[in-house]
Amino acid sequence: MNADAANAPLRTRAIGQPLARIEGHAKVTGAARYAWEHDLSDPLYAYPLQATIARGRVVSIDAEAARALEGVLAIITPDNAPKLQSDENKELWILQSDGIGFRGQFIGAVVAASLEVARHAVDLLRVQYEEEFHDADLRADRNDLYAPECVNAGYPTDSVEGDVDAALQAAEVSIDHTYTTPMEHNNPMETHTTVAIWNDGHFTLYGSTQGAHSLRKTLAPLFGIDADAIRVIAPHVGGGFGSKGTAHAHDVLACLAAQAVPGRPVKVTLTRQQMFQLAGYRTPTIQRIRLGADREGRLTAIAHDVIEQTSRIKEFAEQTAVPTRIMYAAPSRRTTHRLAALDVPVPSWMRAPGETPGMFALETAMDELAIACGLDPVELRVRNDPATDPESGKPWSHRDLVGCLREGARRFGWDRRDRAPRTRERHGWLIGTGVAAATYPRYRMPGSVAAIRYGRDGRYAVRIGAVDIGTGTWTALTQIAADALECPVESIVLAIGDTDLPNATVEGGSSGVSSWGTAIVAAARAFRDHHGRDPKVGAEASAASPDNPDEERLAMHSFGAQFAEVMVNAATGEVRVPRMLGVFSVGRILNPRTARSQFIGGMTMGLSMALLEHSVMDARFGEVVTHDFAEYHVAAHADIEDVDAIWLDESDPHSNAMGSRGIGEIGIVGAAAAIGNAVWHATGIRVRDLPITPDKLLG
Amino acid sequence: MAKTMALKVNSETHSVSVDPGTMLLYVLRDDLKLHGPKFGCGLSECGACTIHLDGKAVHSCVLPVEAAVGHHITTLEGLGTVEKPSPMQQAFIDEQAVQCGYCINGMIMTASAFLAQHPNPSRDEIKQALNGNLCRCGTHMRIVRAVQRAAKTGRQA
Amino acid sequence: MKPFVYERARDAAQAVAALVADPDAVFLGGGTNLVDHMRLGVASPDRVVDVTRLPFDRIEQLADGRVCIGANVRNSELAAHRLIRTRYPMLSQALLAGASGQLRNMATTAGNLMQRTRCVYFQNVTTPCNKRQPGSGCSAIGGYTRYHAILGASEHCIAVHPSDMAVAMSALDARVVVLGPSGERRIPLVDFHRLPGDEPERDTVLRHGELITAVELPALPVAAHSLYRKVRDRRSFAFALVSVAAALDVRGGTIADVRIAFGGVAHKPWRATRAEEILRGTDATPEQFERAADTELAAARSQPGNAFKVKMLRNTLVAALQELAGAA
Ligand SMILES: Cc1cc2nc3c(=O)[nH]c(=O)nc-3n(C[C@H](O)[C@H](O)[C@H](O)COP(=O)(O)OP(=O)(O)OC[C@H]3O[C@@H](n4cnc5c(N)ncnc54)[C@H](O)[C@@H]3O)c2cc1C
Ligand code: SF4
Ligand code: FES
Ligand code: FES
Repeated sequence: MNADAANAPLRTRAIGQPLARIEGHAKVTGAARYAWEHDLSDPLYAYPLQATIARGRVVSIDAEAARALEGVLAIITPDNAPKLQSDENKELWILQSDGIGFRGQFIGAVVAASLEVARHAVDLLRVQYEEEFHDADLRADRNDLYAPECVNAGYPTDSVEGDVDAALQAAEVSIDHTYTTPMEHNNPMETHTTVAIWNDGHFTLYGSTQGAHSLRKTLAPLFGIDADAIRVIAPHVGGGFGSKGTAHAHDVLACLAAQAVPGRPVKVTLTRQQMFQLAGYRTPTIQRIRLGADREGRLTAIAHDVIEQTSRIKEFAEQTAVPTRIMYAAPSRRTTHRLAALDVPVPSWMRAPGETPGMFALETAMDELAIACGLDPVELRVRNDPATDPESGKPWSHRDLVGCLREGARRFGWDRRDRAPRTRERHGWLIGTGVAAATYPRYRMPGSVAAIRYGRDGRYAVRIGAVDIGTGTWTALTQIAADALECPVESIVLAIGDTDLPNATVEGGSSGVSSWGTAIVAAARAFRDHHGRDPKVGAEASAASPDNPDEERLAMHSFGAQFAEVMVNAATGEVRVPRMLGVFSVGRILNPRTARSQFIGGMTMGLSMALLEHSVMDARFGEVVTHDFAEYHVAAHADIEDVDAIWLDESDPHSNAMGSRGIGEIGIVGAAAAIGNAVWHATGIRVRDLPITPDKLLG
Repeated sequence: MAKTMALKVNSETHSVSVDPGTMLLYVLRDDLKLHGPKFGCGLSECGACTIHLDGKAVHSCVLPVEAAVGHHITTLEGLGTVEKPSPMQQAFIDEQAVQCGYCINGMIMTASAFLAQHPNPSRDEIKQALNGNLCRCGTHMRIVRAVQRAAKTGRQA
Repeated sequence: MKPFVYERARDAAQAVAALVADPDAVFLGGGTNLVDHMRLGVASPDRVVDVTRLPFDRIEQLADGRVCIGANVRNSELAAHRLIRTRYPMLSQALLAGASGQLRNMATTAGNLMQRTRCVYFQNVTTPCNKRQPGSGCSAIGGYTRYHAILGASEHCIAVHPSDMAVAMSALDARVVVLGPSGERRIPLVDFHRLPGDEPERDTVLRHGELITAVELPALPVAAHSLYRKVRDRRSFAFALVSVAAALDVRGGTIADVRIAFGGVAHKPWRATRAEEILRGTDATPEQFERAADTELAAARSQPGNAFKVKMLRNTLVAALQELAGAA
């Protein structure tokens, strides 16, 4: 089938319907199995030994007392650990050397008959270190900041267009501020878990992962085996938000532990505290933004210079300034990224990596510019909306930021907003509103394959090794399959969550449904081509996600507008958010129920980021000291009053056959800026460093 | 040293042989294969492990198993099944409250113990009752609606 | 976690004897603090004596108007009790402002008083801490101090006591009833918790083996007009940045009686006696409230990470007193 036919728009019937979650009953009754919960006979438990220094080396590990403990089966240290075959990814290259790259790094493990015994045995291990001077302090004035070769997702590190400095000098109105965002941790409620069994040169893994296939492809070279020799099973995953998008050290630890006790399942789960060291995080950022404009608010220059951190053992270069390249029209624009390589845990993906911190800075700066120009902030954004992608010059597949802003303003009652800040007060609470834009690129990852088989029961078995981390994959893929096969959803039997199913790419970059759904559509079309509308029992077809020539030709991005109302206590600085509204332009919505959940979930996480989340790095130790849920606050029921999300009714036929662009991440983008802008409007106080805690508003 | 003790779980008595210092959560999950209760923090900070102890919602992650002997323990499985969900579970389905589902055990267990005491709660009371249950997916508003729905069904029943 | 022996106390005397016989034994209440510490390696007792089935589970009004709260009364029951809600609203509010429903269902009155600081370094056995390991140093000084003391700290420890309940009890002139090897004694709550001085490892004046059996509240009519105000980073389920327990009796514009205690700012619930002195007999005006707050806080010494607490506490106290005065 050629690309055009494979990408031709789907006739939608099930798509767009609010189909109830397929796995809903299983989840409310405890029947859904997460990684730890598969019934396996005679499981063992592994618990890690972790470095308590941030840099140096392990001189010795005295295991005598631990070995004597009843129930201990194996003690694994760098001295006796199986040799890994690839050291390309130093985050995963554990127990292979005596070197220590960050505090909390795995330096050993105990395998025991119970988790308690394993933990107790680890407590009994005596470690001698040779400590070296460590450096875990991210500051803008460091002299060792460097430009990475490229930033994540392959974007160029820097971009320049026009003479930014001259344009800033000449600008009638300009602003120049530095914004900071803290280290933040994904903290899915399910702690990262892997259960591993090593049998005859094969691993079976029960994982909490965003990509069953990608996990095994990452692990295979480490163990010098084919990816086929690893089976990953993950029918239900308790959240991820990016942190389960790549393999982390505990996956390798589970495998090493399993090799020590062949044939027996070995269970590994991180504690909540370990999640702050070993499951990735969003890098802290220091962002300087300079904007120049004429008096009518037309941007003449945009400069966005980002400083962030990575770990010394593995580079992770967050693409923080990348959204600034496509947001607004301006004749001159510059974006840069510089990294400090520190003795800290390895940063990783966290919901809308890059866009989330970057758009906090840009959209706060736009609010400041609107004030400087005496313009309404909605109007400022409308005036600077570019007709084509400012970076590449390509046409948009579809861009309707202006529609989002206007629809949101209408519904939110924006026209009733006071111009001046700090004008409304009720019972000691200052009230204000704010707006910010959101954006997220449309991604599709090549390589997913779907297989369809017509069964004796008259239903279609649709098989693809995708995962559901709570996003609604089970439901959305069923709807896509039904429409692609032109049959009712009841006729679809979907199978996901297992590498015995055809290859599926990782759930990341909000690409899951685009990547997997297009494979299902292609397979369905191949199936109908070969077997017609009246297939024989056992008829089969499979196909891969087709190439899409439009991806080269067009700039594909989603957009949104976030509105927030806040109340700030005049005496104590406490902030409440009585109302949030997000309006999104994301192509076609496949399932309004699960989509709303995704948007609201993202906005909720954005509210949490705005007001609460802060992983406090104590540079003296190289340790995040707020490393549990009592210290690292995430939004809870009391914080969430009325968070609502809507979308523009549209379809993006250039994106894929479903007309969708991906929705999992955009909800968090811009949310913190909208709240911060509302806080300014309520109080007249501009907070440029997140989170916006009461102390910053005491006035 | 393992010790044998009798636990009353979901109206049945189970004999378990475990280290008495083991937390009840692990005994439920690993020995009795009851996977409703979840591990989210192990330090009473998230609510994922909530069970009923004599009808009251408590965390099973910091309860030494021996301290639970003699009490009536109820887990999510004791409320209802896939075929026959309890009214609270049904309300969670009807409101499509679940996302990843990992926090849901705690939400349902806390909410059902709460409704038993407060059959006619306000929205704020529900939110307050659930303040020890964290959800990272952002299901909060649907969960409150589910509890309101269950309360309504309860009043009609 | 180190293995331990679990035993249930048969009666109070036997519980006391069990601890006297074993320096590494501890009482177990609801376990919500102790078990955390055992799991984190902060505490490693070899024996835990469960005292929750001892019959100290009642709330009683005594003939002279005092109210006696059994040591095993759970926080949720105490908060909901009619006597507490009507006669000591600040106590009920303080309890409900603390922790979560599940925790309050487990936490006991005694355990709540005895809970230890939430200082992040105290709870992390890989960092030095004088309270956990005397002489090892105080990591908080020069570190993360958002939740640390501004009053009564020492160079050895700047931790705060985390209890909300105890702050209200301090304002209410409560007394702690304690059974020891040589009999019963009563300790005023204001003297029960210590300032750190050079012995930060000692949170309270309780001696090993002494069992809390009850807390007594005096009749205290002013308490009926009281409130508890807690300022925190998250709206629920978070410890106090600062908190204020206040009771106020205003007659004809003049303050007849007043009680004030602060939480989140010292190694113990901070009874604001200087502020009370200034206010007693003066006019109930914002100016006087501010003067009282400033006088009490004149001794405040903050860290770089918590200097905001002085203003936050001042504002919170003034707002609380105004609310009480306004509603009078
Ligand atoms: C996530 C989280 C959030 C929290 N938030 C708050 C909050 O906001 N505000 C607040 O005030 N508290 C809060 N708490 C603390 C909670 O209130 C305490 O953990 C609880 O009150 C302790 O009571 P317990 O009965 O469980 O004590 P236990 O853990 O059983 O014991 C604590 C200590 O008391 C001793 N003890 C117990 N009984 C006696 C007795 N009869 N005589 C002498 N000693 C005894 C024990 O030996 C132990 O040293 C929170 C706790 C957690 C985990
Ligand atoms: S403040 Fe006290 S508890 Fe905290 S580290 Fe210092 S000595 Fe330890
Ligand atoms: S696992 Fe028990 S409260 Fe988090
Ligand atoms: S549904 Fe995922 S944590 Fe609540």
